[in-house]
Amino acid sequence: MPNAGPVKVGVYVCHCGLNIASKVDVSQMVAYAATLPGVSVAREYKFMCADPGQELIQQDIKDGLVDRVVVASCSPLMHEATFRRATSAGGISPFLFQMANIREDVAWVTDDRDAATEKAKALVGGAVRRVSEHESFERRYVPVHPEVLVVGGGIAGIHAALVMAEAGKHVYLVEKEATIGGHMARFDKTFPTLDCSACILTPKMSSVRANPNITLWTYSDVESVSGFSGDFVVRVRRRPRYVNEDLCTGCLSCIDACIYKRGRTDDPWNEGLSKRRPIYMAFPQATPSVVVVDPEACVDFRTHKCPRPCVDACERNAMDFDQKPRIEQIKVGAIILATGFHTFDARRIPAYGYDRYPGVYTSLEVERLLNASGPTNGELVMRDGSHPRRVAIVHCVGSRDANTNAYCSRVCCMYSLKLAHLVRERSGAEVTEFYIDLRTPGKGYEEFYEKIQKEGTRFVRGRVAQVTEEDGALVVHATDTILGKVRRVPVDMVILAVGMEPQPDAEDVRRLFNIGCGAEGFFTERHPKLAPVSTFTDGIFLAGACQGPKDIPDTVAQAGAAAAEVLAMVDRGSVEIEPATAFIDAAVCSGCRTCVGMCPFSAISFDAATNVATVNEVLCKGCGTCVAACPSGAAQQRLFTDAEIFAELEGLLYA
Amino acid sequence: MPDTAGLVKLPEEMAAALATDDTAKQPFAPTIVAFFCTWCTYTAADMAGLSRMAYSPAIRVVRLMCSGRLDPQFVVAAFRHGADGVLIGGCHPGDCHYQEGNYKALRRVALLRSLLGQLGIEPQRLRLEWISASEGEKVQRVCNEMAEQLRELGPLRLGSQGLQAEQVQNGHQEYLSIDTHDPVEATTP
Amino acid sequence: MTKPKVAFYWCASCGGCEEAVVDLDEDLLAATSLVDVVFWPVALDFKREDVEALEDGELVASFINGAVRTSEQEEMVALLRRKSQAVVAFGSCAVLGGIPGLANLYDREAILSTVYREAPSLEVPATTFPMKQTRVDEGELSLPTLWSSVCTLDDVIDVDYYLPGCAPPPRLIWAALSALVEGRLPEKGAVLAPDVALCSECPLSATKPEKLSVSRFRRPHEFLADPELCLLAQGLVCLGPATRAGCEAVCIAGNMPCTGCMGPTTRVTDYGAKALSGIASLLAADDDADITARTAEIVDPVGTFYRYSLPASLLRQRVGETVGNGAIK
Repeated sequence: MPNAGPVKVGVYVCHCGLNIASKVDVSQMVAYAATLPGVSVAREYKFMCADPGQELIQQDIKDGLVDRVVVASCSPLMHEATFRRATSAGGISPFLFQMANIREDVAWVTDDRDAATEKAKALVGGAVRRVSEHESFERRYVPVHPEVLVVGGGIAGIHAALVMAEAGKHVYLVEKEATIGGHMARFDKTFPTLDCSACILTPKMSSVRANPNITLWTYSDVESVSGFSGDFVVRVRRRPRYVNEDLCTGCLSCIDACIYKRGRTDDPWNEGLSKRRPIYMAFPQATPSVVVVDPEACVDFRTHKCPRPCVDACERNAMDFDQKPRIEQIKVGAIILATGFHTFDARRIPAYGYDRYPGVYTSLEVERLLNASGPTNGELVMRDGSHPRRVAIVHCVGSRDANTNAYCSRVCCMYSLKLAHLVRERSGAEVTEFYIDLRTPGKGYEEFYEKIQKEGTRFVRGRVAQVTEEDGALVVHATDTILGKVRRVPVDMVILAVGMEPQPDAEDVRRLFNIGCGAEGFFTERHPKLAPVSTFTDGIFLAGACQGPKDIPDTVAQAGAAAAEVLAMVDRGSVEIEPATAFIDAAVCSGCRTCVGMCPFSAISFDAATNVATVNEVLCKGCGTCVAACPSGAAQQRLFTDAEIFAELEGLLYA
Repeated sequence: MPDTAGLVKLPEEMAAALATDDTAKQPFAPTIVAFFCTWCTYTAADMAGLSRMAYSPAIRVVRLMCSGRLDPQFVVAAFRHGADGVLIGGCHPGDCHYQEGNYKALRRVALLRSLLGQLGIEPQRLRLEWISASEGEKVQRVCNEMAEQLRELGPLRLGSQGLQAEQVQNGHQEYLSIDTHDPVEATTP
Repeated sequence: MTKPKVAFYWCASCGGCEEAVVDLDEDLLAATSLVDVVFWPVALDFKREDVEALEDGELVASFINGAVRTSEQEEMVALLRRKSQAVVAFGSCAVLGGIPGLANLYDREAILSTVYREAPSLEVPATTFPMKQTRVDEGELSLPTLWSSVCTLDDVIDVDYYLPGCAPPPRLIWAALSALVEGRLPEKGAVLAPDVALCSECPLSATKPEKLSVSRFRRPHEFLADPELCLLAQGLVCLGPATRAGCEAVCIAGNMPCTGCMGPTTRVTDYGAKALSGIASLLAADDDADITARTAEIVDPVGTFYRYSLPASLLRQRVGETVGNGAIK
């Protein structure tokens, strides 16, 4: 809607010290600006962003000389917020303001002084014409609901939940497995301290269970998310365990009583290296300490003929074969995604022989072998029952590889060194590491590397080409780049240091939460350097490996950061929504629906009854794609209306 | 200076007037309107500035939040008001801050280029580039390249017919001074 | 009391707008009972002198259709402007330039050459060519000047109201006439048609998917469209979303997609560019090859998006090239 009526534009040209003034003739610009239609005041100043500069603007507004402001200075990305605040402090809408970038876009990139001044004049002309079309509106805020949701109960989710619960916020922690703990609960030891992973994790898991501010929902999935920052409505689907969680004490009598005395199905907790029974608990410290019945393995679900000794064995009457999935609907102000990672599927590199030779293992499988509560009670015993004497660890499996994943997975060098140590300690086997580079940047990491070297682990610098079987041994083929020879090293066991990948359902999850992910599938942070825990969707934060490969210290740090940003949001109580939102004039919307499919944030809804589309201006991120698409001009974007842009073009081109 | 259309030869007086017209001899400096998306290309242009990478002053930047806001009307308006070329800068496919806006810009520009081609506007006058926030050097290179290309191509001649039409109500006598036809020796049967 | 006097005139047009007046059917009799048509070259025998004889402003309204590209048209519309209180640009040609406006893709010499020399249907000797002055036995004949480009009516004279449509829907003509006679016309400059796009009154609107994506564009001759399903959803380039309503979707009712004759709403500056944006936004394409393929399926973009509105558009016509002596070709 073009602005009617006379305007009083104040133009302020900044010298920026000598940054602008050395290349652009500022006085000529001020003189030119004064001739432009609608300009009531044209001034220059050395540093507009400094207090005196801002006061110039405020005073002119208060004196009634100016009702629209143009500042010709640096980039709006630098100081638009500053000058909007100054404009607002003067008493008018902060959006009756436009910047002309005559520093980054003119003074710093133009050699010729005359050309620079001409260009600067054109840009100011554009800004003056444009600001004359601006509409007055105020900043808009929405309240933030004080409860929060954490999706994912690994170490990231656990830490974030605890921080926020300690701050007095009510936290819903939703985890898809039957227990929290994530990958960390399955490791044996952690680097570089060689702490027992479960020992440092389980106290935190118990704290989660004990904390009255945390509602823990395991064996649950997020089914839908709607709403917007500060006011999300989330539906959580709680899958049936066929055990009443409130009654079960984790005594495990039901498991002992089960008619199946041995495991029947592959146990994913042990990476398929063992079988589990139809009624099970993932590991002894599972939290919550509640058993689960697997409906696909339990014979009663198929035949309805089992005598159900588990029911009889349970003193608390906790078994409930009639349990149904339950939907819980909650309202939260912010969400932290901590959905973790998945290890690279080593079958994608057939040359390494995984799933072909029984002696080839992934690192995660070996963690389970080494874990005292794993399938071999912590002994390094292979699938054929033998104990390996010679072990090879192959680095960068599925990482730093144009054929699979180009990125470095960050943790594999360290965990490979750790595994070398544990393998030697547990079995006395000789370990050779085949590496490309050794990346050990963290605190104590380089020292750890030295220790492993000193212990006698061998290192061959060269990417492994293939693993073959010859004369009953596995042979690792690699170029030893230091020796300059191709080596064929016979071993009994090959451990593949598989990289970290996003979870297989990451794409579905990101669509559910309306966030972006990068080309490799990890969730996208708002800024890689300065905003690593927030996303472009306000109110949704990231923590841990779902955002990118990282080790436990970085994960915990990031989880704490995400929790802090959530606390900031919730405690502030309200959030400002994007000013440059799109809006549709319902009186002239024809119901053509061209816009509805344009919005990646699902901010546009169509009402078939009234035949009108509407933009939810809280969900709207302000890209303007729907506005450009609207074939009849019913949609416009605040601060980027057609009238404003046409005016800017005319001013720029002296039309 | 009255422009003539549809004719190959000018009346003698006009040709003489042109010959002494200085403006025809000044080196042509093109004007390019650049629509840059805030998160990628505009940031890259700022980076170019920070690094003091000089480039042609032909460029006049209009900042949009996203290349998806680029309405083809803006492009034709830019040409109409005197731009010799239009440059559109957005995020690389897959990197759009708003996820898909650049894909929409790509579709619109593809169809627009086809339409402008029919109107005789050379393809070099409309350029779409994906420039990420760190590619300041690319901003410099693309701007210089485009300015150079347009310098060689010459100004966009909308044809005074277009501009003159606005003067029609006031000075349409100029229009009427053009004869129906001239060059061919026509004979009546 | 004398009836208000009106005039109808046609410039570069096909006559369809005159027929639209006739299409008022019974309302035509009512119309003629309301107004006195004092000039209507196609239907009545009044001459130019009759118009010149009127007082300035004696006509309540002139309904002028057709685009303007000759000096005769320019003179006549200027004359009618002087003699009228209100001028209505009647029909898409007068409002937007119309189909004749597509001549702006060619220069005058090419047009004359094609029509008088190169058309395959010609049998006359190649030397016959229209001349500005021709001497015949009875005296000297002169032809009007053919301008180098097609103009809209408001490029040439001040226009009070716009009634688009190729031809304007009889319902809207009747509404305009009634409003005129009853003194109910809106403010000057208004378009006498709803300011909302055609989808609002299209019978197929309910069948349009909420998130439409076109994976292949087709032209009407390529297949028989399903008359119960949104035509755009079937891949026809239907410009209903970009075009003013008011015609009751008569083309869609005839199983043909809207081609945009009612022109843009007030919120759009360049019809063709905006319509192109709406259509391009719906392209389903996974990669550059797909986009190229979709774009190629719209074989004549100017003819598709600027079919009726090229002279009214921002670029107006094909751009020129500078040739040696400075003339623009």
